[in-house]
Amino acid sequence: MLGSGAMTNSIGDIALAGCYLLIGANTSETHPVIGFDIKQAVKSGSGLVIINPVKIPLVRYADLWLRNKPGTDVALLMGMARSILDEGLADLDFINERCEGFEEFKRALAEFDLKTVEGITGVGAKDISRAASMYARGNPSSILYAMGVTQHSHGTDNVMAIANLALMTGNFGKPGSGVNPLRGQNNVQGACDMGALPDVYTGYQKVCNPDARSKFETAWGVKLPDGPGLTVTEMFKKIDQGLIKALYIVGENPVLSDPDAGHVRQSLEKLELLVVQDIFMTETARLAHVVLPAVSFAEKEGTFTNTERRVQKVRKAVELEHGKALPDWKITGLIAQQMGADGFSYQSSEEIMTEIASLTPSYAGISYKRLEEEGLQWPCPSNEHPGTSILHVERFARGKGRFMPLEYRPAPEAPDSEYPLLLTTGRNIFHYHTGTMTRKSAGLNALSGQELVNISTGDAARLKIKDGDNVYVSSRRGKVAASARITDDVPEGLAFMTFHFAESAANILMSADNLDPIAKIPPLKMASVKIARI
Amino acid sequence: METFKLKIDDRQINAGGGDTVLQAALKAGIYIPNLCYDPRLAPYGGCRMCIVEIEGTRGFPAACTTRASDGMVVKTYGPQLDRLRLDTLELLLSDHPTDCLTCPGNQRCELQKVASFLGYNQRSLKPRKSDHPIDDSNPFFNLDRNYCVLCARCVRTCDEVTGINAIELINRGDESRVSTFAGSRLAESECRSCGECMVSCPVGAIHAKNSPVATEETATICPYCGVGCGIYLGTRQGKIVSVRGNEASPSNRGSLCVKGRFGINEFVHHSERLKSPRVKKEGGFESAEWEEALRIAGDKLSGYKPEEVAVIASAKATNEDNYVLQKFTRAVLGTNNIDHCARL
Repeated sequence: MLGSGAMTNSIGDIALAGCYLLIGANTSETHPVIGFDIKQAVKSGSGLVIINPVKIPLVRYADLWLRNKPGTDVALLMGMARSILDEGLADLDFINERCEGFEEFKRALAEFDLKTVEGITGVGAKDISRAASMYARGNPSSILYAMGVTQHSHGTDNVMAIANLALMTGNFGKPGSGVNPLRGQNNVQGACDMGALPDVYTGYQKVCNPDARSKFETAWGVKLPDGPGLTVTEMFKKIDQGLIKALYIVGENPVLSDPDAGHVRQSLEKLELLVVQDIFMTETARLAHVVLPAVSFAEKEGTFTNTERRVQKVRKAVELEHGKALPDWKITGLIAQQMGADGFSYQSSEEIMTEIASLTPSYAGISYKRLEEEGLQWPCPSNEHPGTSILHVERFARGKGRFMPLEYRPAPEAPDSEYPLLLTTGRNIFHYHTGTMTRKSAGLNALSGQELVNISTGDAARLKIKDGDNVYVSSRRGKVAASARITDDVPEGLAFMTFHFAESAANILMSADNLDPIAKIPPLKMASVKIARI
Repeated sequence: METFKLKIDDRQINAGGGDTVLQAALKAGIYIPNLCYDPRLAPYGGCRMCIVEIEGTRGFPAACTTRASDGMVVKTYGPQLDRLRLDTLELLLSDHPTDCLTCPGNQRCELQKVASFLGYNQRSLKPRKSDHPIDDSNPFFNLDRNYCVLCARCVRTCDEVTGINAIELINRGDESRVSTFAGSRLAESECRSCGECMVSCPVGAIHAKNSPVATEETATICPYCGVGCGIYLGTRQGKIVSVRGNEASPSNRGSLCVKGRFGINEFVHHSERLKSPRVKKEGGFESAEWEEALRIAGDKLSGYKPEEVAVIASAKATNEDNYVLQKFTRAVLGTNNIDHCARL
């Protein structure tokens, strides 16, 4: 609806927001340094509205905390839009000049009077309209979100509901505004930019676009497949059906990171060939037929692209000790050469960046020479271009910003008598993702050494669970053990776990079905579970 | 930015809007002794080391809390200033150990720098022995109040930079000290272990448990979350021994969290790092040479139709790694079946 999948603004300018709307993000824990900035901005007078069923640490700094029922974000955000419209706070000039589809969107808002929204979300009408007013009057206001928004069966709707709010209040194209997804991994933005996705080449050039395809065919000197490939979750389905027989995994640990992890393991065991390339013998590598040793970030040259689209230089600080590991690009190139392919005999990572820049309009002006000085934010279309700190300044990447009329769709997996609680997942500040790196640190393990499943006092009393008890958390897909932490940071009916601990792998519990229909994201933030003392 | 001229110690100095006298002097290469000044923090004026004389102003204002202005005439030394500074230092040192060689702050200590600049070489006050217990509850750094000079840089950093406010100055006068809420140990407090206080501490009071001095530093990017903090990896004898934030990085302006500051060297140098290819044979994995591993992987992959293979790329790997991997998938394996955990 805007035409670009990235943070619209920069970390440096989000500090200029008059009001923050923080939704589906636990920024002080997952992006701690941005958390520092938000706290300082709030102390110097910016407003902070938090939408989250969980009482995240930043709630203590918030002017307003909307504790909606899990999975009801679309209804809440549409309610806020309705309130902005009814109160006359919409930026009609911006809407007329830069957007389309507003009339249809207005009609969709008819379903979202605040009484109805209150009924769906559990948030009082007064609070909804106060949040709407704070956001609309922030001048400028910035929306920050993370996986709590996207990892739902209706994740795309959530994102569109967020963009609607920003469009109707003109919060685009200026410092301190925008729609800002906080990306979770150091180079998840870069992996997307590089076309490590089934439907695009580098810089989001569509594989279905014949012009793009023919450009890459010419550059690479081969005929390329048309039509998009499979997403990770679809790959596993095809493995089960016996249709995908060989899989090459680089630097990921789906046995812990993917939903329905027990099933992921079974699927990987069915493969005729599994090649895993990593820096450690991960849970996934143990299932491989061939394991290829890669060097870590500290032992190689390259670039990462951060959450604000800034391409930055990664430099080699240490030599590999007594090992034969190689940079990932070199290993992949060697496999390609083994298979008789041309075009993979790169001598350095710099040579690869030159090729990337030549084929990618948004990276065209990026070179190692320039990156020596400082990072560059894409789009950076030429050598003279300074990079782009704010997107959509004059116009949206797709031309006009398009309003999306939305409906509220309840989450498919609702609690029932057998699995009466909802489980949501996230990270803590001390560990990272599946713990492959951080759990090697004695100090970080001392600060956070085991999974603590957060359970509300009400649920704990009913389940006769005390703080520190060992419990089983079970879903339709599996069962894991963890220690209980009794806290009203989670509301009654909701439990919270991280996915850092292999011995309490929360993703065994989550569903790989009910994907978001567009983004194919699994609903990692919601599963029905039961919890019982061991 | 508005610029103007002022005179410091008879030198004409250019200064910019917002500069304090201390900042203008330091930028011009004129050292004024200071302890409580940290460029990231609001002026504090606590240590009284940076006192100066300004023409037309009574007394001895602190340079760190006085805005520089056009035409100002500043003197940073003189018999009275030197005497006052030495007296202040004497009082500070009456309550400070002098076992510099075994102090973790040795050679990095700003108090040493002040004492040496002032030519302090003889105690005239009888030193008082302080015996605060060391708080070593945090796995990465200790808080040793015996070395504390009460400059409040740690406390102000925990407020003005991180907003965590785990520590505060409590009590008054002689009883003043840095404390967590209710005096609990750091590990039981709100502290998130980011170590920003340690970075700001001018003495050895908050010090890393393990901090050999690096002989080289390499500017790179933290490998954890998507913020992409600029870091310097300090190395010595081929190992990472320290990490510090890069103040020039626009993404983090020098700040780091616990993972970036303390969670890198152990995984990079871990004994379980994969050192050679492994091939699964009957009875488990065996180490292999690259040639064998590549032959098995390459030959087997060659045997599948494009629709029978898939690739999972990495949000941890570099752009260059991912570019080559998707090129390989599309151009060699002949499929668009490539994805990574952007959705996870």
